[in-house]
Amino acid sequence: MKNIRNFCIIAHIDHGKSTLADRLLDFTGSVTDREKQDQLLDSMDLERERGITIKSHAIQMDYEFNGEKYVLNLIDTPGHVDFSYEVSRSIAACEGALLIVDAAQSIQAQTISNLYLALENDLEIIPVLNKVDLPSANPEEVTDDIVDLLGCDPEDVIHASGKTGFGIENVLAAVINRIPAPKGNPDEPLQALIFDSVYNPFRGVETYFRVINGSIKKGQEIKFIATNKKYFADEVGTLKLKQLPKKEIKAGDVGYLITGIKDAREVKVGDTITDSKEPTKNAISGFEDVKPMVFAGIYPVDTEDYEELRASMEKLQLNDASLIFAPESSAALGFGFRCGFLGMLHMEIIQERLEREFDMTVITTVPNVSYHAYTKKQPDDIIIVNNPSDLPDPSTLDRVEEPYIKATIITKADFVGNVMSLCIEKRGQITNQTYLTTERVELNFDMPLAEIVFDFYDRLKTVSKGYASFDYHPIGMKPSKLVRVDILLNAQTVDALSALIHADNAQTIGKKMCEKLKELIPRQQFDIPIQAAIGAKIISRETIKALRKDVTAKCYGGDISRKRKLLEKQKKGKKRMRQVGNVEIPQQAFMAVLKLND
Amino acid sequence: MAGIYIHIPFCKQACYYCDFHFSTSLKKKDSLINALINEIKLRKHTLQNKRIETIYFGGGTPSLLNISELHLLIETVYNNFEVVETPEITLEANPDDLTTEKIIELSKTPINRLSIGVQSFFDDDLKMMNRAHNASESKKCLSVATQYFNNITIDLIYGIPNMSLQKWHKNLEIAFSFSVNHISSYALTVEPKTALHSFINSGKYPPLNEALALQHFNHLVETTAQQGFVHYEISNFGKPQFFSKHNTSYWQGKWYLGIGPSAHSFFGDQRAWNVSNNAKYIAAIEKKEPPVTHENLSNNDRFNEYIMTGLRTIWGVSFNRVETEFGSNTLNRLKKTAEKFIAEGLLNIVNEAKPSSTPKKGEFLQNTSSNSVLKTTNKGKFLADGIAAELFILS
Ligand SMILES: Nc1nc2c(ncn2[C@@H]2O[C@H](COP(=O)(O)OP(=O)(O)OP(=O)(O)O)[C@@H](O)[C@H]2O)c(=O)[nH]1
Ligand code: SF4
Ligand SMILES: [Mg+2]
Repeated sequence: MKNIRNFCIIAHIDHGKSTLADRLLDFTGSVTDREKQDQLLDSMDLERERGITIKSHAIQMDYEFNGEKYVLNLIDTPGHVDFSYEVSRSIAACEGALLIVDAAQSIQAQTISNLYLALENDLEIIPVLNKVDLPSANPEEVTDDIVDLLGCDPEDVIHASGKTGFGIENVLAAVINRIPAPKGNPDEPLQALIFDSVYNPFRGVETYFRVINGSIKKGQEIKFIATNKKYFADEVGTLKLKQLPKKEIKAGDVGYLITGIKDAREVKVGDTITDSKEPTKNAISGFEDVKPMVFAGIYPVDTEDYEELRASMEKLQLNDASLIFAPESSAALGFGFRCGFLGMLHMEIIQERLEREFDMTVITTVPNVSYHAYTKKQPDDIIIVNNPSDLPDPSTLDRVEEPYIKATIITKADFVGNVMSLCIEKRGQITNQTYLTTERVELNFDMPLAEIVFDFYDRLKTVSKGYASFDYHPIGMKPSKLVRVDILLNAQTVDALSALIHADNAQTIGKKMCEKLKELIPRQQFDIPIQAAIGAKIISRETIKALRKDVTAKCYGGDISRKRKLLEKQKKGKKRMRQVGNVEIPQQAFMAVLKLND
Repeated sequence: MAGIYIHIPFCKQACYYCDFHFSTSLKKKDSLINALINEIKLRKHTLQNKRIETIYFGGGTPSLLNISELHLLIETVYNNFEVVETPEITLEANPDDLTTEKIIELSKTPINRLSIGVQSFFDDDLKMMNRAHNASESKKCLSVATQYFNNITIDLIYGIPNMSLQKWHKNLEIAFSFSVNHISSYALTVEPKTALHSFINSGKYPPLNEALALQHFNHLVETTAQQGFVHYEISNFGKPQFFSKHNTSYWQGKWYLGIGPSAHSFFGDQRAWNVSNNAKYIAAIEKKEPPVTHENLSNNDRFNEYIMTGLRTIWGVSFNRVETEFGSNTLNRLKKTAEKFIAEGLLNIVNEAKPSSTPKKGEFLQNTSSNSVLKTTNKGKFLADGIAAELFILS
C-alpha cells in the first residue's frame, strides 16, 4: 500500500488537465504508440469534438521511481461548472490533487472552487503551472498568484507543459514524494467507496470504487450499504486503458467491479461496498444527490416517436445518472418529458446525445429554473413549479420564490465596470470585491439562478472580451415577482413557447421574443401574427408576412443539380419543424428566448 | 436524341441583376472560341452517338460573335456529331447587336431561332437594370427580325420595383403587337453578390415586392392565354409548335452536352459542369483536359429532379413513370405527401387518357391505360419550388 498514490487532476476549464494526463500516460508507458491520441481520456465522441471533458475518467499507471515500483491511480476531471459534482466524487477517492493553472490565464473561477473542494477533503495539493510553452505565458506572475492563493513556496509550483512534455518527470516525482500513501487496513472488513459508475450495454453497470479497508475479491459476496442489495463480484480489476481483471483489489487501491447489474439506479455513487457476511461498521457518509438546476421539456419532433424517445432517455440515464425526467404533455407538442439538467451545457449535451447516439430529433422548450409558488388559500404549502404551466393563476397566487446562487467572477480590473453592470442588469447584488492582484479582481454576487440561464455566459464573455471566468453555487430561495409570458401564433397560445420571467423584464423580453420568432419561423402561405401576452394582456406584436413567391425563374443552362441541392437542404430543415395548428415552427424557435441578444 | 449548349461568356456591360458567368473584357474572345471548338472535338463521344436535335448559343451574349465565328462553331458541331435534318438552332441576342444587317446575315446561317433579350420596352426600366440597349432599339430590331425569322422568343422581366400593373400590361401588349410566338418571362430576382443585391441592401434601390410580382405573374398568365400562348413552363409561354425544343429537353430528361465555361451537361444518370472561369477554362482545354466536374445521380436524386422539373411544366409528374422508374412505394409516398397540396389547391391530379396501343380491327378499345399526372395549378405555380422540396425524398 505504501507504493500506491491516488490523485486527481483539477483545474478551470481548458487549463490542460486532459492533455497533461496524456503526457503522464506516455511518460509512464501506460499507452502504446498505437493507442496514443490527444486527450485520450476524453473517450466520448462528444468530448472529443467539443474538446471538453464531461465525465471524470480514472486510469491506473505503473511507474518505477528510485528503484521502486509504484501504482499511480489518476482521475482526470471536467472543468465546466455544470459537472463540478464529478470533481467532488473524484476527490473523495484520492489523497492528492494536481491543481493545474494555465500559465497564460492564471487563476480562474473554477480553479478556486475546485481547490476548495479538494481542501475540504484534506487532499495534498500539488500546484502545476501548465502551458509554459505558450508565448503568452506569464510564469513569474502566475506563480506569484498561485503562491498567494495556496500559501505555498514558489519552489512548490511545478512548471510543466502538457504540449511539449516539459516538467512531466517532476510532476510524477511530486506525486510520489508529496502525496501521502493511502492509509487503511487490509485485514479489516471490506469498506470501499463507489465514486463512479459507467453503463456498458454488454456487461451491465461497471462500478468504480476505491477500497478504504479490507479487500474485494473475485467471486466474493458483497453488499451495497445504502441500497442494502447483495451481489456476487463476477469480476474485479484495475482500470488500465483497457480493464485488467484481477483476483483481488486491496485497501488503498482503485478498481472496477462487475456484478451483472443492469439498472444503473442500483449503483449509487457515494455508496459503500462491504462484505455481505462480515459487513463494515463504518459506512462512508456518501454524497448528496446531484440536484438539477434547470428544467426544460423535451419532445420528439415527430409525435410518433414518443415511445422511442422514452426508451432513449432511459438508456441515456444509465450513462448519466444526473439526468432526470418525467412525462409531461403540451397542447402544442403532445407528449414529451420534463427534464432536469445540471446546467445549460448539460442540457445541450443531452439534446446532442439524443440526436447522435439515438438518432432522435427533439424539440427542447424554453428552460426554466425550479420555482416555489404559494397560493393565498394554502400559503404554507409549496407548489414546485418546474414548468410554466405549473404556475398558479396570478389571482390565486400568494407569493413566489426563486433559487439564488452565489456567483464568483474573476476578471481583469479593466472589465469590472462592465461585469458589474451586466450582473446588476441580471438582478445581481454585489456582496464582495477582492483584488487578487492589481490586475485581477474577484467579484461575488448573489443572483437569481434564472438569470444565468438566459444568455448570461455569452454576455459575460462579450463584456469582458473573454477575460472573465464564472462559477456559482446555490444559496437557497428568495422572494420573486414572476409572470408567465405566453406566445400566441395565429391568435393561438403555443404553450411550449411560454416562459417564466421576472415581472420587471417581461415587457422587454416579450418584445424580443416576438422579434426573434419572426426571424426564425419561415414564411408560410398566409400572414402569421405573433403576440406576446401576460394573461389576457397583449404586450407585443409582430407579423410574419405571407410567402407569395417560392420559385426561381430559370434553371440556368440546365443547372439542375444546384437547384436540387438547394431544395433538398430546405427540405432537411423542414424535418426539424413542428406543425402547431397550421404554423410550422422550427426546432430552434422553441429555444429562441435564449438567444434574444444575438 | 440530344442537345448541345454552347456558352458565350462575354457581355458588353453587366446587368445589375445578373449572376450568370460572363466577362466584360473581350480580350480573350479569340482564344475562347478556339477553346470552344476544341472542347466540342474533345467531348464528341460523350453523347454516345445520339443525334443532335437542338443547338443553343447562350450566355453571356452570343450575339457578340460575328457570323463567321458562329459558322465555325456550328460547322464544328456538324463535323463531330450526327445532326438531324432540321435541328432547332437558337441564338440568344441582345437588341443592340441586332442591326438590320446582322439580322439578315444571321437569317442566312443555319440559326433558325432568335431569343432576344428585350426585358422591357421602357427606357427607365432598362436603365435601372443597366441593360446595354434602349427601348427603341428593341422595337426596331423586332420589326426587322420578325420578317426574317418566324421562330422568335423575347425575354421580359416583371416585378421590377415601382413597375405598375399598367406598365407591365403595356409591355405585354407591345410584345404581342410584334406577333412573337414565344415569350420567356422572369420575375426580377435578387441574387447574392449582384449589384442589385448591394443596391437594395444599402437602400439605394427599393426592395422587391412579392405581392407585386405575383400580381404581374397572374396577369402574364391570363393575357398570354388570351393570345393563344400555352404556359408550358413556369417562365415560358409559347404558341403551339413554338415551344423551345432545347429548353424543353432540360425538363424532360434528354441528354445534353454543355460546351464552354460554366456550361452544364446531362448524361442520363450523370450531371456535369465546366469550371466558371474563362482563363482556367482556356488553359484546361489547351491541355486537352476539359475542366469538368461530374456528379452521379442516385435514384433519389433522379426522383427529386423529376419532381422539381415536372412541377414546373405542363407535363407534370406522371404516376406511371414514377411507378416504373422508382417503384410503387415511391409512388404511394408521393401521393400521400401531395395530398396536402391538393387540398390547398396548389396541385391537382389530371387524368390523361391515352390508348396504350392502337386497337386492332374488331377489338374493343379496352386496354386504354389512363395515366394520372400531378401538376401545379395556376395558384401553385408561383410556389412550385417549395412544393417540390416537400415532395422530395431525402436519402
Ligand atoms: N500550448 C499549450 N496548449 C495546451 C497545453 N495543454 C493543453 N493545451 C491546449 O489547451 C486546450 C485544452 O486542453 P484540455 O487538455 O482539453 O483541457 P482540460 O483542462 O482537460 O479541459 P476541460 O476538461 O474541458 O476542462 C487544448 O486545445 C489543448 O491542446 C500546453 O501545455 N500547452
Ligand atoms: S446581357 Fe445577359 S448575361 Fe450579360 S449581364 Fe446582362 S443579363 Fe447577364
Ligand atoms: Mg479535460
